[in-house]
Amino acid sequence: MRRLLNVLYVTNPESYLAKDGENLVVRVQDKEVFRTPIHYLEGIVTFGYMGASPALLGMCIEKGVAVSFLTRSGRHQATLHGIPKGNVLLRRKQYRLADSEEDSAKLASMFVIGKLANCRTVLRRFMSDYGAKVQIEEVDLVCKLMAQNVIRLSNEPSLDKVRGIEGESARKYFSVFDNLITCQKPEFYMRGRNRRPPLDNVNALLSFLYSLLLHETRAALQTVGLDPYVGFLHRDRPGRAGLALDLMEEFRPYMADRLALSLINRRQVTGDGFIQKESGGVIMKDTVRKVVIDAWQKRKREEITHPFLEEKIPVGLLPYAQALLLARHLRGDIDGYPPFVWK
Amino acid sequence: MMVLITYDVNITTEAGKKRLRHVAKQCVNYGQRVQNSVFECLLEPAQFVALRNKLEAIIDKESDSLRYYFLGRNWRRRIEHAGSNRVFDPEGTMIV
Repeated sequence: MRRLLNVLYVTNPESYLAKDGENLVVRVQDKEVFRTPIHYLEGIVTFGYMGASPALLGMCIEKGVAVSFLTRSGRHQATLHGIPKGNVLLRRKQYRLADSEEDSAKLASMFVIGKLANCRTVLRRFMSDYGAKVQIEEVDLVCKLMAQNVIRLSNEPSLDKVRGIEGESARKYFSVFDNLITCQKPEFYMRGRNRRPPLDNVNALLSFLYSLLLHETRAALQTVGLDPYVGFLHRDRPGRAGLALDLMEEFRPYMADRLALSLINRRQVTGDGFIQKESGGVIMKDTVRKVVIDAWQKRKREEITHPFLEEKIPVGLLPYAQALLLARHLRGDIDGYPPFVWK
Repeated sequence: MMVLITYDVNITTEAGKKRLRHVAKQCVNYGQRVQNSVFECLLEPAQFVALRNKLEAIIDKESDSLRYYFLGRNWRRRIEHAGSNRVFDPEGTMIV
């Protein structure tokens, strides 16, 4: 397994990224504020508009460093898309499967199965931790529904039905998500998922974590030579990384939702770190963003035994491991794609 | 693994000054300057061999010296810092 390298997050909107030898240099008003050898990094994520020198971007492409540009609020704007790596035959296989409704449905259902199983574990973990203190009947009901839907998905042939089950499950899951928030109740609540823009603090936090996660899955797919833009569950749309979104599904509960919950419940983020704009959209202050990124990076360094590979890897390499398994499946080395299921 | 690289390059001659610049430049490419002629480099074994070859091709073995200290994977336990000069953790969270 590959080594987990670092990701540089640039949140200061006045930063300019430049190259010096094999170094990445961050300048703010012509003053050098940060310098690192490029080989320490596997990704750069920038928030808000800022400059990056062409020489730096060239070096990032050459070294396989993924560069994502997000808006101040964390919405994904663009990614540096270098020369595709890996095997053209693999990508052709990917396109063929994506063109076939039947094959797409099979793969799509695997991603969704992973997602629902992990959603269920998030809920179940919560119940075993807090079971005695809070009312849990409806959480339990949603748990059961998730389990049923996983079974329905395992013999579901049509893509539309897969999407239908996914949508229904996601709605149900978020309908009980509020129960899982046990602290700071007036400021943090979940009354359904909304985005573009997120309308409350929890949705803003989730959206932000999802865009960090998207950066990781997109980079992972590119590393193994798959095309992140051609998905199975998410169909083609210009500028949308369909496969990256597909692969992300199974990680949302485990890597993002749980982190959001513990940040709130441990009071690491507080209500005054969020600002509601005139449009109704909620954005995070820089201080909160730094806390979230720090927690995210720490989480990525924790180790977990991969259920399929049976190997101990850092959480941050999970998207890479799954991308690898997906590529192996597309090549025909393994019969099915085993989604990441957290036990 | 973390490698600490220190050097002494004799700069009494013009050629010596040139060697010093070249050695420093290579070290900057591979790691973090923590003091004037002291670098901490987090390297894969192959990267270390490449760096070593480059450095040893530059120096004059009669008058200059290079030392490598191997701090291994648990290098954090082996380093303590006091005083000025901000140093970042190459495996820690990087936010600018």
